[in-house]
Amino acid sequence: METVIEMKGITKQFPGILANDSIDLEVTKGSIHALLGENGAGKSTLMSILFGLIQPDSGNIKINGQEVKITDPNVATRLGIGMVHQHFKLVHNFTVTQNIILGAEPCKQFGIVDLKQGTKKIRELCKSFHLEVDPEALIEDISVGQQQRTEILKMLYREAEILVFDEPTAVLTPQEVEDLMKILRSLAASGKTVVLITHKLKEIKAVADVVTILRRGKVEGTYKVSEINEKEMAAKMVGRQVQFAAHKKAQKAGDTILQVENLTVLDGRGIERVKGISFDLHKGEILGIAGIDGNGQDELVYAITGLLPVKSGRILLNGEDITELPVKNRFEAGLGHVPSDRHRHGLILDFLLKENFIIHAYNSDFAKHGLLDEATINQKADQLIEEFDVRASLGRQTITRNMSGGNQQKAIVAREIDRSPELLIIVQPTRGLDVGAIEYIHSRILEQRENQKAILLVSFELDEILALCDRILVMANGEISGEKKASQTDEKQLGLLMLGHKSGETYDQP
Amino acid sequence: MNTFLSMLPGSLMVAAPIIICALGGLLSERSGITNIALEGIMTVGAFVSAALLFYLEKVPGFGSGLGCWVAVLAGAFGGMLFSTLLAIAAIRYKSDQTIAGAALNMLSVALCIYISQILFGHQRTDTFTTGITRIKKVPLLGDIPIIGPLLFQGINPTIYVAVVLVVIVWFVVFKTRFGLRLRSCGENPQASASLGVKVEKIRTIAVLASGFLGGMAGALMVLTTDTQFTASSIHGMGFISLAALIFGKWQPFGALGAGIFFGFAQQLGVYANMIPLLNQLPSEFFHAIPYVITIIALVLFSSKAVGPRAAGQIYDPGQR
Repeated sequence: METVIEMKGITKQFPGILANDSIDLEVTKGSIHALLGENGAGKSTLMSILFGLIQPDSGNIKINGQEVKITDPNVATRLGIGMVHQHFKLVHNFTVTQNIILGAEPCKQFGIVDLKQGTKKIRELCKSFHLEVDPEALIEDISVGQQQRTEILKMLYREAEILVFDEPTAVLTPQEVEDLMKILRSLAASGKTVVLITHKLKEIKAVADVVTILRRGKVEGTYKVSEINEKEMAAKMVGRQVQFAAHKKAQKAGDTILQVENLTVLDGRGIERVKGISFDLHKGEILGIAGIDGNGQDELVYAITGLLPVKSGRILLNGEDITELPVKNRFEAGLGHVPSDRHRHGLILDFLLKENFIIHAYNSDFAKHGLLDEATINQKADQLIEEFDVRASLGRQTITRNMSGGNQQKAIVAREIDRSPELLIIVQPTRGLDVGAIEYIHSRILEQRENQKAILLVSFELDEILALCDRILVMANGEISGEKKASQTDEKQLGLLMLGHKSGETYDQP
Repeated sequence: MNTFLSMLPGSLMVAAPIIICALGGLLSERSGITNIALEGIMTVGAFVSAALLFYLEKVPGFGSGLGCWVAVLAGAFGGMLFSTLLAIAAIRYKSDQTIAGAALNMLSVALCIYISQILFGHQRTDTFTTGITRIKKVPLLGDIPIIGPLLFQGINPTIYVAVVLVVIVWFVVFKTRFGLRLRSCGENPQASASLGVKVEKIRTIAVLASGFLGGMAGALMVLTTDTQFTASSIHGMGFISLAALIFGKWQPFGALGAGIFFGFAQQLGVYANMIPLLNQLPSEFFHAIPYVITIIALVLFSSKAVGPRAAGQIYDPGQR
């Protein structure tokens, strides 16, 4: 088989971190090659070097046997390398077609854009690679999965032969993940080479031919996927044996902490997204909310945390009515929140990491006489960085925007768990995290449970819900379509309830 | 109705520079650069054209008509030259666009008065005698029943220039390759750059084009409504143009409509003493009318108007 990418001795030093330490990588034409590694192992750096976004300190790259210098993304594009970034680069009020042709527009005379011809070519590409997306739809009107397909089409339109995907499934729903896997297979089948950056072992098992495992900037090894199992991959990636199943001790739930009564919530556009929901949550209990993204989970969480007003119904925390309280008072009443959208609600990206750690400490723990107490803040930041293994190139002084997504997530989880609130609301706590970090965060969540705290866990990952929760509520269409004890249900039954089938109730236990 | 009809030519004359300047703002903001320096750019354009016309009138052959249009073109290039300062500050050196624009506005008046003092010995230009005047009747079009007398007789030709420019700007922004790239830079420059679009280059072209149109607007304004340039020649019309841009939702034809609306608002101040009820009010009130109407219109309509997403933000290629 022909080698299409050959990277030799790639080294890249960032301030405070050796991101790539003489890495060798060979990728065969027409294969799906996975790059596996923890958050901060150097996968994205390596691919940014391949795509010309970053220049290596040393090492060389051959594409199709030719030695090349990839000085910027335009050079990469000319060499047939395309990249789907984790954060899409799309113009929200352009159509799919306009986004794809931008920079390589088909033109009639006088520089008039020939949209018809562009649309036609895109339709053909959609057909031959089984990509379902409407070329004339506006980006802001289509789903995340379709936006990702637009990004893939951008590369195909430019006749890319090597397609790099940077953690493509982090933002997708389970159904969309399955579609993407099909797309990847059809790309490889047509002779394109796919490089898949990921830390999800299941996905590698599902689609990849070859996996190269990186750990702390070095190549741990390259293996045929058919010859290595998930446990081995995890151990090589983290450098120790990984516990897949969380250890949950049996314990009794205590007094009621949170009562939600007939809660109805409208979203920003005035559409009813939560329709008369009621439930209780007790001390020492983890209550899971399962459901497909967009079935009212966000609005439910926003209502409890005070980010959205309630239309009708009541929310009681420790028996006290907090329905009308401002966010600050809710926090003081014992509420903690790990939000789903870490960029919008979790962090101030242009602040330093240490500032994000104390951003909502309304009491004066970190200030004296109205002045910030740097020494205490630094101490707290270092403690959280150490405890939760938050990797940032300049430690507590890192600008949060420059951290990888997984480490941003760890920072929020660290901040909220450290406060040890009476009621902790956690949405997608392990989104974008690798198995090692997931294991740690799960154990910390269970520790909160043992300390008799109440936890409301919203997640799209059924594995996570089943592993951690005592009770599970399934939301579909703004209503609770079923309530199950975690010990008495399984993925299949929850899956049916998620689709809104109340018939899930009559599902026979095997 | 008769009052309304008699207000029309004046309104269109005032509207023309507002529309043209708003088109300049449109190009700049659509590329992602907020251009509040338009007030200053208009000032420079007005000064250059007024000063040049004063001298041209002494040159045989430039006395009537031709001299004015040469002066307008010179004003446009003057505005373009002045806008290079904004391009350098906001694009090359990534300074805050609002502050750079505000600084240019202050600089413009000071600069023009300073040069006036050197050239003419006082803080304004000497008066010119020609200026751009109304056309009695446009051939052919003026003969159309109803529309002819209304729009093509006794109208200042500057509005025709404005309408032609509206069509040109619309075509460039929405139909051409350059326009597609321009708009992408104003919404998501990181996306444009990732596809090889040269964001800084596009934005520089847009700011210079905006300076050209702003300078032309200033020139047309002073040559149609005044006989000399003074420090208060532009009196906030650059800002009203920006209001027209927002009111017109960053669309060329929107700017046309909004410009005509603001032109009427300005004229209302002049005609108010002829309108029953309104003429009971003190005259200061009329001078305030255009600005009050501007504020009311903006409050009512601009809350729903969404401009280019990246406008006003400093472009950082590395930002995620």
